[in-house]
Amino acid sequence: MSTEIRPKAAAEEGMQGLVQDWSDDREVFRRVNWGKAMMWIFLLSDTFIFSCFLTGYMVVRSSTVEAWPNTSEVFALTLGGIHIPLVLIAIMTFVLISSSGTMAMAVNFGYQRRRFRCGGLILLTALLGATFVGMQAFEWSKLIEDGVRPWGNPMGAPQFGACFFMITGFHGLHVSIGVIYLGIVALKVLKGDYEQRGDYQIVETAGLYWHFVDLVWVFIFAFFYLW
Amino acid sequence: MAYADQAENEAVHEPKSFFTRYIWSQDHKVIAIQYSLTAIFVGLIALILSGLMRMQIGFPGSLEFMDASAYYQAMTMHGMIMVIYLLTALFLGGFGNYLIPLMVGARDMVFPYVNMLSYWFYLLSVLVLLASFFVPGGPTGAGWTLYPPQSITAGTPGTDWGIVLMLVSLAIFIVAATMGGLNYVTTVLQARTYGMTLFRMPLTVWGIFMATVLALLAFPALFVSAVMMLFDKLLGTSFFMPAIVSMGQALDHQGGSPILFQHLFWFFGHPEVYIVALPAFGLVSDLISTHARKNIFGYRMMVWAIVAIGVLSFVVWAHHMYVSGMNPYFGFFFATTTLVIAVPTALKVYNWVLTLWRGDIHLTVPMLFALGFILTFLVGGLTGLFLGNVIVDVPLSDTYFVVAHFHMVMGVAPILVVFGAIYHWYPKVTGRMMNDCLGKLHFWITFLGTYAIYFPMHYLGFLGMPRRYYSFEGYEFIPDSAQDLNAFITVAALLVGVSQLLFLFNLFWSVRNGKPAGANPWQATSLEWQTPQTPPPHGNWGAKLPVVHRWAYDYSLPGMKADFVPQTVSDQELQRRRSREQVGGES
Repeated sequence: MSTEIRPKAAAEEGMQGLVQDWSDDREVFRRVNWGKAMMWIFLLSDTFIFSCFLTGYMVVRSSTVEAWPNTSEVFALTLGGIHIPLVLIAIMTFVLISSSGTMAMAVNFGYQRRRFRCGGLILLTALLGATFVGMQAFEWSKLIEDGVRPWGNPMGAPQFGACFFMITGFHGLHVSIGVIYLGIVALKVLKGDYEQRGDYQIVETAGLYWHFVDLVWVFIFAFFYLW
Repeated sequence: MAYADQAENEAVHEPKSFFTRYIWSQDHKVIAIQYSLTAIFVGLIALILSGLMRMQIGFPGSLEFMDASAYYQAMTMHGMIMVIYLLTALFLGGFGNYLIPLMVGARDMVFPYVNMLSYWFYLLSVLVLLASFFVPGGPTGAGWTLYPPQSITAGTPGTDWGIVLMLVSLAIFIVAATMGGLNYVTTVLQARTYGMTLFRMPLTVWGIFMATVLALLAFPALFVSAVMMLFDKLLGTSFFMPAIVSMGQALDHQGGSPILFQHLFWFFGHPEVYIVALPAFGLVSDLISTHARKNIFGYRMMVWAIVAIGVLSFVVWAHHMYVSGMNPYFGFFFATTTLVIAVPTALKVYNWVLTLWRGDIHLTVPMLFALGFILTFLVGGLTGLFLGNVIVDVPLSDTYFVVAHFHMVMGVAPILVVFGAIYHWYPKVTGRMMNDCLGKLHFWITFLGTYAIYFPMHYLGFLGMPRRYYSFEGYEFIPDSAQDLNAFITVAALLVGVSQLLFLFNLFWSVRNGKPAGANPWQATSLEWQTPQTPPPHGNWGAKLPVVHRWAYDYSLPGMKADFVPQTVSDQELQRRRSREQVGGES
């Protein structure tokens, strides 16, 4: 078997392409640069971290002897005299999901080489992310005022506060890191760094991280707030 | 831009000063050596700790400072250091870093800067861990499994500072392992050279690759349990702490689940066994094939066995928990999966033996260690089948039988591979051979010595001698003669421990005084032996990346005088060589 040095073409569609990719030399994922491949693998690993957090939460929720607080009530706000359950969380979720939309648009404009639209949309995404973190800070301070602590709370199971601060804290940390990360990428886009190289894949790589953080929030929302 | 050319075009950072070349280096080879030396250093500490423990067991009371607390602390630190900070770091950070880029024909890891950070985080985790020897109360004595509630409840040594430093150190180690691991996996998947398909990679790369995947998916569970236990300890949460009365006082905890920790810990802990074993499988396959001058038997099956073991290792974890009080029906499931994992493992052992069969076996030092590994792994693996069955495990649980089992299968066996691999690749790293005589002496003392240590332990385990006991006085079911056996084991252990000085001396003495090795002293086929210079310079390959034409196991091809064909030889070149030899033969 002699191996000629040849440029890589796009893979075929379907199963044929899958087999070709995995039996090929040099790279398994064609036309995927190293950063993007690494981000996917990192996110897979991070998925396991959040899965373990959520599994741990479910186990202690069933092992604790005291009643679990009613999340609809705990996270309710009275706005203009109307008592609305989970309203802040709903707004936070809306903001974060919207930021995924703006991020997707940014990636699209990046590949179209329209760098000011791309950079602007990344900045908007980061701004929405920062808003999310801000609202989360408000939520934390409200709960702390109500007497919720990691080691106990007046509404029942002490594990409620422990899980709440740990899981939302870890997720909030991810969002905060994402905001900084997006800010750096946006500056580089606006400065034209990627324009010179003709390669906007880093925008997509940052987008992968951002979509992942949003997806994790959907699970936290479902398992912690709605259940 | 064609992304496939990234390997060719990506600028390799060029070190400019002594510091960037040897200290803050981004070169995978330098990082590998940093990782290896640090790992060997902490390994020596753990070795000394085991000697101290054996003194207490063999000759109770002979060491004044060895009270019950010190014993538990030595035991805990010995276990944790050996499993995580020595074996995991050495196989992935040491061998993975050195061999992956060289064996797949890359210039470096894909992200050298992240790779460098990985080492410095590892060093930080080691320093935090060692700091626990110097804090009030000393290191934690909770046993390497760190089971709560006892690990953070007063009465266990090191509950104030030791356990906190241990958990912080583990978290930092996981960050380091993740940064390194992302590099290794991406390099194998996306940065191979021309002609290097996945099924042309040496089994070493396959073993380390799969082990890294396991590390990336298993360490999160340990990370999460470390975070939760830190919160339990520092913030007073109750993730793992049920309502508990300690020394007559009710603690401020309630409603937590200690068994949750065990599940999380072993969801990490069992894949961890294979994080250590799979690289050893890979390395030993290459040692055996090279030194028996024969292609590895059933290469593809060997690869699929590595993959199968990796996948299965995630569904066997609760076989460590048969006596934990979990639902007994789980035992059936986990016993079944545990026995199923023996199938691909046995397949590998058969294939190693069949590789040896009618091979041209060279009894070099690496080969001796490889053969020692097969025997030791076989013994340890067979006792694993005993312990995988619930009814056999329940009476043997927490006896010296278990100690003998896991030391044979994941202590001694991988360490034998580590030694063999160091003797094998040392000429590539330094350009010189290690001393053969010292190497053989080191092998025989280590190999026979470990059997003198661990074979009697199986017997002690059947007598019911419990592990992790500080003193065995006053237990009627243990006969007095057991103490004689314990003294014998201790003497053997100390001998083996001291004999490692032979290895250390050899390791450092040969850097300057070893016989010059040349580029390919073992006449091996894989890419790392075909570098233009030995030791390979920064960037590994000079101006052009190598081109690969064949798998890594073309030894003793029929009709050839030379008994190996490197991976870089094309078929046309092979034809030319053949016909040249035939012409030469006729004249």
